[in-house]
Amino acid sequence: MIEKILFTALALFAISILIALYRIIKGPTTPDRAVALDMIGVNLISVIAIVSIVLKTKAFLEAILILGILAFISTIAISKYVERGVIIERKSDN
Amino acid sequence: MKINDVILRTITRIIVFIILTFGVYLFLSGHNTPGGGFIGGLVLASAIVLLYLTSDIESIRKSLPFDFKLVAALGVLLATGTGFGSILFGVPFMSQTFAYFELPIFGKTELTTVTIFEAGVVLAVVGVVVTIILSMSESEEA
Repeated sequence: MIEKILFTALALFAISILIALYRIIKGPTTPDRAVALDMIGVNLISVIAIVSIVLKTKAFLEAILILGILAFISTIAISKYVERGVIIERKSDN
Repeated sequence: MKINDVILRTITRIIVFIILTFGVYLFLSGHNTPGGGFIGGLVLASAIVLLYLTSDIESIRKSLPFDFKLVAALGVLLATGTGFGSILFGVPFMSQTFAYFELPIFGKTELTTVTIFEAGVVLAVVGVVVTIILSMSESEEA
């Protein structure tokens, strides 16, 4: 029973990643793409958690943490590029 | 143009310490579990890159006054130095050894020479990644 629930959740997460991928390719504006990329990161974290439950291992937990850090930093970088046009400034004016 | 980024600056002060702790954990848990010098170095470099993202290059250069090219060179020197150290004991190049010691606080601990090699790898990775990202952002100015 629990196996069926886990595999159904995996399939639903795969569908939601595909929908976010459509938004990244099609998305009219850059903020749409940034939000969709962040959504793919969160969905990948959930997929790794479910896979580690299915395989009964703790080896993937570090991968979850690393993916969280990378999704956080990349979202900050994209939104800073959208807002200021430059990612790392030489000298900030405020 | 002034932009209000109080939330980002406040959060970064806390998050950077969490990322640095996780990087040191990955570095120390190297040779038996997932992790190691390369991944630990990448996580430490991502913490430094996050500092550069929230602030600017000039002020971070004041608080972290390292030449990161020198850090990378020092790391490669340390990594190959442990490799050549094994030649002094009459075993092949890059041989590693380990032993168990009784330490005051930690109890019985496994100490290896791999950890010194991994420290060199960490320094090399941090230096190279930060140098690449900084030179990518500097080329836009010139």
